[in-house]
Amino acid sequence: MSSGAGARGLVVGHGTMASGMVDAVRHIAGVADDVLVGLSNEGKGPDALKDEIGRLGGDGTVIVFTDMHAGSCAMAARVASRSGGRRAVICGVNLPMLLEFVFHRNDPLDQLVPRLVEQGKSSITAHMPNADPPVSG
Amino acid sequence: MPILLFRVDERLIHGQVVIGWGNELRPERYLVVDDELSGSDWEQELYRLAVGDGTEVSFLTVERARQELLQWTASEERTLLLTRNIDSMLRLARDRALEGRAVNLGGIHHAEDRTRVRSYLYLDEADRERVRALEAEGAHVSGRDLPGSLKVGLEDLQEE
Repeated sequence: MSSGAGARGLVVGHGTMASGMVDAVRHIAGVADDVLVGLSNEGKGPDALKDEIGRLGGDGTVIVFTDMHAGSCAMAARVASRSGGRRAVICGVNLPMLLEFVFHRNDPLDQLVPRLVEQGKSSITAHMPNADPPVSG
Repeated sequence: MPILLFRVDERLIHGQVVIGWGNELRPERYLVVDDELSGSDWEQELYRLAVGDGTEVSFLTVERARQELLQWTASEERTLLLTRNIDSMLRLARDRALEGRAVNLGGIHHAEDRTRVRSYLYLDEADRERVRALEAEGAHVSGRDLPGSLKVGLEDLQEE
């Protein structure tokens, strides 16, 4: 799968989370190196992280996926998204969201972003076969 | 409740502060003391997004913070006070305003002329001088990124 004209993705997270998620997407879906890139905040101050996001984002359409909304990654992504090409920042990334991105990244950004958010939310499920039954009144 | 934490962290409000320290100290308010940020509405909005749970966030200049400090320490609100560099904390501490207070160095990252103290803490000579000045003003300075981490004492902070 080549980069082409669609949006590119940049995953930004704490520790090795971003590179691990990108690696998982490549194993599952197979994507070109520049379609989805991982970046860690490890050892980077706010300005260095913001500059790195800007550099990796370049001039094209980019969605920056961050691990959580209350973090230095999200903050740097929001600041960096004020310049460069077309940008969106989605916080709380998960693997199903990234897979949806890979297969629909040619959609218009204003349709793609809500689609990814919905996919990310709806992919979270719970299974509790041995949980106590609810107490009824 | 007095101010629970005086912290220097380049990232100000971020994961370690909101989640790491936040779960430990359960703040009702963050005070960000920074001359530049106090005049930037859009940046303030971004930091408020980072909190996201309705916890109050205020942005003030160092001068304003010095005027309010006594009132805050006497307040019932559980408060974390943050600056993004040691210089702002030192200006806040002048005239022994932080006498007897613990000042936490929680995040100053690698840059030219800074040498490593811990993975989260790099200091240059000017910062080391500011640490000495903070101590001379009666504050007790140590390094620690998270509540569960070991404190880095003054001797280590002064090492090149």
